[in-house]
Amino acid sequence: MSEAKAGSYLSTETVPLPYCPGCGHTVIVSAIDKALQQIKPDPRKTVIVTDIGCIGLADRNFTTSAFHGLHGRSITYACGLKLARPELTVITLMGDGACGIGGTHLLNAARRNIGISLIVANNFNYGMTGGQHSVTTPSASFTATTPFGNVERPLDLCATAIAAGAPWVYRATAYDKDLPDALARAIRQPGFAMIDIWELCVAYYSPRNDFKKADLLGLLNGQTMRFGQLADDPRAEYSERCRQAYQAAGGALPPRREIEVRHAHRLERQLGVVLAGRAGQKIRSAAALFAQAAIASGLHATQKDDYSITVMTGHSTSEVILGKERIDFTGIDVPDHVVLIAPEGVKQMRARLATLPETSTVYADQALELPATRARVHRLPLAEAAQKTGKTSLGVLALACLLEHQGMFPRAALEGTLAEFLKPELAAASAQAVAAGAALARTIAAS
Amino acid sequence: MGYEFIEGNEAIARAALRSGCDFFAGYPITPASSILQHMLELLPAAGGTAIQAEDEIASIGFCIGAAMAGRKAMTATSGPGVSLYSENIGLAIIGETPLVIVNVQRQGPATGSATKGAEGDIQFTRWGTSGGLPIIALSPATVEEAYVLTCAAFNFAERFRAPVFLLSSKEVSLTRERVDLGALELPARVERARAAADREYVPHAFAEAREVPAFADFGGEHIARYTTSTHDQRAFLTSDPTTIQRMIDHYEAKISGAEQELTLLKRDFQEGAEDLCVSYGVTSRSVAAAVREARGRGRKVSSLVLQTLWPVPETALRAACAGVRRVIVPELNMGQYRREIERLAPPGVQVTGVNKMDTTLISPREILEKGGLL
Repeated sequence: MSEAKAGSYLSTETVPLPYCPGCGHTVIVSAIDKALQQIKPDPRKTVIVTDIGCIGLADRNFTTSAFHGLHGRSITYACGLKLARPELTVITLMGDGACGIGGTHLLNAARRNIGISLIVANNFNYGMTGGQHSVTTPSASFTATTPFGNVERPLDLCATAIAAGAPWVYRATAYDKDLPDALARAIRQPGFAMIDIWELCVAYYSPRNDFKKADLLGLLNGQTMRFGQLADDPRAEYSERCRQAYQAAGGALPPRREIEVRHAHRLERQLGVVLAGRAGQKIRSAAALFAQAAIASGLHATQKDDYSITVMTGHSTSEVILGKERIDFTGIDVPDHVVLIAPEGVKQMRARLATLPETSTVYADQALELPATRARVHRLPLAEAAQKTGKTSLGVLALACLLEHQGMFPRAALEGTLAEFLKPELAAASAQAVAAGAALARTIAAS
Repeated sequence: MGYEFIEGNEAIARAALRSGCDFFAGYPITPASSILQHMLELLPAAGGTAIQAEDEIASIGFCIGAAMAGRKAMTATSGPGVSLYSENIGLAIIGETPLVIVNVQRQGPATGSATKGAEGDIQFTRWGTSGGLPIIALSPATVEEAYVLTCAAFNFAERFRAPVFLLSSKEVSLTRERVDLGALELPARVERARAAADREYVPHAFAEAREVPAFADFGGEHIARYTTSTHDQRAFLTSDPTTIQRMIDHYEAKISGAEQELTLLKRDFQEGAEDLCVSYGVTSRSVAAAVREARGRGRKVSSLVLQTLWPVPETALRAACAGVRRVIVPELNMGQYRREIERLAPPGVQVTGVNKMDTTLISPREILEKGGLL
């Protein structure tokens, strides 16, 4: 590989360092090299991650692996690399511009404590695009986009990172003698570490503001910002915390259950069933149990649900299709059976109820007001019966009533499904609901 | 083997695991959120990593970083999230990053209807990032197909070192169906070709434009390089027009030149049919029902169901359109893929769309009536 000087992590063999004479970036890049020479990491296990901005050109000169991504997003790639291979040394170089556009990634990497180091080359403006103001541009200073002086307040990157939970934060100038040592400490941190390095942009910020090295310290005047170690409060790194949480929760989930075909159905043609009620009535799980019982009877089944985006209010409907053959179209143009257990469901079904043909059947709680329909309507004391078996068993009760009346598959299939797929305490109540629903169906037959 | 009653999103998550997916990052969005939840539950036990990112840009950024470190990565979102993925999709294309992107389509544009189905992101998938380079996209019609095509998507991502879209929809992803996953015929698992450890690594090495470069993991045996900027084969920035065109030709030829290998479809042709239905996604299920009914009435109709939407299966489409008088293209959008059929159909063949975007499915009856099959 192209290691120029023995021990150095910088090379100018492929491309020279691209920076303007006097640019602080050259000083920072050299300090990073010195820090790496202290640590001596395997260059193959070290990744310099950069994005757009003058500092983002630097990855080409490192003899380590290098990843150059979209403007402001280097932290996301760095986190991906680190999460994938926690053993890697991942060093992210960003400018102050990238800290603006990618600010949320900075906050979240700090908050999560993902073990990357973030080096901010902070020269108070966008050097690559002509010296526009950034989130760190000092108030009242002049840039290409603050022709009358900057009216915005500069963001204190370090305070922001600390507030977000960064365990290790340091502020320096590019001209500090001990910068390589500070960088080495940042890179060695097992958790998230940020170092905000103030420097000069000789092409734009310095000439426009007559700004020199000595003025860097002066910037602190009138502001609350400080130099040096601003946070050093290590805690467990993100991947380690994930492992701990997973183990503490008892590891893997229980295995899923499959549906055995133990019953024989009596269905001759494809059938569309709609269960309509309100949120909180366990409509969707009742419909799923009904469909699973059909599958246990050798049928095909599909289920589509419709509900309000705020899941605890409004209507809830489930459309179940049962068929002997594979089901193609999963919509129900004309439901064969509509089961109504709450006014919200009736409201949602109003238009469809009005157009139901004589061949359709409606099973509705007797207390519900229904629109005119040509369908055969069975009004039943469904809710009253469910008072004994539990409010959330109303859906199962109503579907058991439909099942008993139509007999498309055996009641035993539904009973077996409830016993197998529900928690024991729920299964007992549901079994009672099935019996109660079936009893109501027999009252239809009797009348 | 027993049956299960599961939704498409669960099938996608489980197929990802079966394909060796060991990295997932996503951001909550209806109707894709349950993929994120399944992956967060399933991946740790498989030794993988799943994370809810701070936004969609971070989701795909995490995935690209992890994929370049050797992981098999997937992310899942819906149309609004794909908008935020856009710039990084271009990065994944020119960085030659194996990555599966699931778009569970919902009614758009913009926020649209979060809980309502649509298939309106078809051309957006093809042209969703600047530069216009080709992309691979597969579209399932059923929960079982969601499982099979997720496996195929991982294979294509590995084989071609490229981002691959799985274009699902609310109607496939949130509809539960009886499935027998154990009985499915699945493609054999493909892994990306790795660069030899004893030779210098060139990140985008190819001799012929169509060749897929060997891959070296970040953190592996090689010094690896990756860049969003216009680059040469070594992933160094370049401004040399000849080199730039050579790289562009490579990205183009790698995908467009592999049409045959990437074509997945289902034919249900009838001898002497004058009408051909071309469909994809959930709408193809309505077509199946419509075609059955039309044939029952004595009408001769053929059906071609595309599982691969991008690159366009041009050879198969041209062959299917030859010999029919009319091609009917039902779509849950205002006619996005029809334009591909129109440019491929021989002169004199009429191309008819059956289109709507009212959040409901196109029914078999609508296809029969509006498609002129009665």
